[in-house]
Amino acid sequence: MNQFAIQTHALTKSYGRAEAVRSLNLEVPDGSICGFLGKNGAGKSTTIKMLLGICWPTSGAGTVLGASIRDARASLEARRRIGFVSEDKRLYHYMSVGQMICFTRSFYPRWRDALEQQLLRQFQLPLERKTGQLSKGMRTKLALLLALCRGADLLILDEPTEGLDPVAVEEVLQLLARAAADGATIFFSSHQIAEVEQIADRVAIIDDGRMLLQESLDDLKERYRRIQLLFDREAPWKPLDVRGIAAARAEGPAVSLLASGNIDEIVAAARSLDPVSLEVAQVNLKEIFLECVRRN
Amino acid sequence: MTIVLLFFKPNPSAPAPIYLQLMNQVKHAVEVGALKSGDQLPGIRNLAESLVVNPNTVAKAYRELEHEGVIDLRHGAGAFVKSRSAAGGKVLAAMPLVTGLVDRLKSRGLSEDEIRRLFEAALIQQEETARRR
Repeated sequence: MNQFAIQTHALTKSYGRAEAVRSLNLEVPDGSICGFLGKNGAGKSTTIKMLLGICWPTSGAGTVLGASIRDARASLEARRRIGFVSEDKRLYHYMSVGQMICFTRSFYPRWRDALEQQLLRQFQLPLERKTGQLSKGMRTKLALLLALCRGADLLILDEPTEGLDPVAVEEVLQLLARAAADGATIFFSSHQIAEVEQIADRVAIIDDGRMLLQESLDDLKERYRRIQLLFDREAPWKPLDVRGIAAARAEGPAVSLLASGNIDEIVAAARSLDPVSLEVAQVNLKEIFLECVRRN
Repeated sequence: MTIVLLFFKPNPSAPAPIYLQLMNQVKHAVEVGALKSGDQLPGIRNLAESLVVNPNTVAKAYRELEHEGVIDLRHGAGAFVKSRSAAGGKVLAAMPLVTGLVDRLKSRGLSEDEIRRLFEAALIQQEETARRR
């Protein structure tokens, strides 16, 4: 058994002179749910396409379920064990929902009939309708149904909840929780930081094609702190030369620091400025994400 | 009988990790006596699905609760609340102390928010002192 369901080394993709993905080292441990965050154009979809064999890396290497993404035959075999929802959730437009399900089922001996029936009822997918005429939300649900019923060991999902209403989003996240309980590894990109926080146990943040951070979500939240200093005078602010200060802002009598670790030393240094109040607060993923991306 | 309703949905955007939020819910239920010795907690899969959180997160919360002596994880059987541990009794016994202190602070004209902040600041300060050792 591999330790990582997905692992890339210096994975790079250039389009002409533009580098969409730069020397990316991504690691998704077996059995985890990893949220992939980044702004539009950060390189999320390109990364996912390379993992799925939809586009070819310019340089670098990677394995998905142990198969090299540069080895067409091996990665084809691995892809049978991967469920995916791609960016445009493209399906065969001329097929009806029912035909699409029959068609996909025929490729997979492990197909889960009971789950298929349950999801059809839950999602209320119209069996007769051509997939080309489905709403975006319906297309996503169908794509997820196909991915989950295959009993995939790994789900790679590009914005699986994009365009869904809140009820449908919760249903999709619930399905992901269930797939994870069944032992699947899940790698999904999203713009919804709150939903990543809800369901993921790891996050990877990409910006401008580079990996800024990948870590257990709990470790991340336990590492980062917001430190607020109040003074009874104009804040005597000079940049503190202490490791771990990710951002600092001063305004009037207040100073706000975001620390990415080394909290004790930072607090000690801040105390030496003689503030009238010093508060240390935990921060959520949104603050961490915004700060990481702003700093880059 | 396992009661999923005992748990409310964790707030994923809160700074506290979800596993800590879940742990606090169980501890609270034990402290107030809603969960008693021998009560079974929901299965990991079941709870993860109903709260729509990562099953690994529920598993982590249960592991930590076992580590802290609040529950027993019996392999294959599930998670059970330990005999009303010292923890539960201790907290209830300390209640009058806190009530008394809060009354005194209020009589000095402090608002509830101010009292809450004072408690939190004191805890954070001690946490930091402990960490520095």
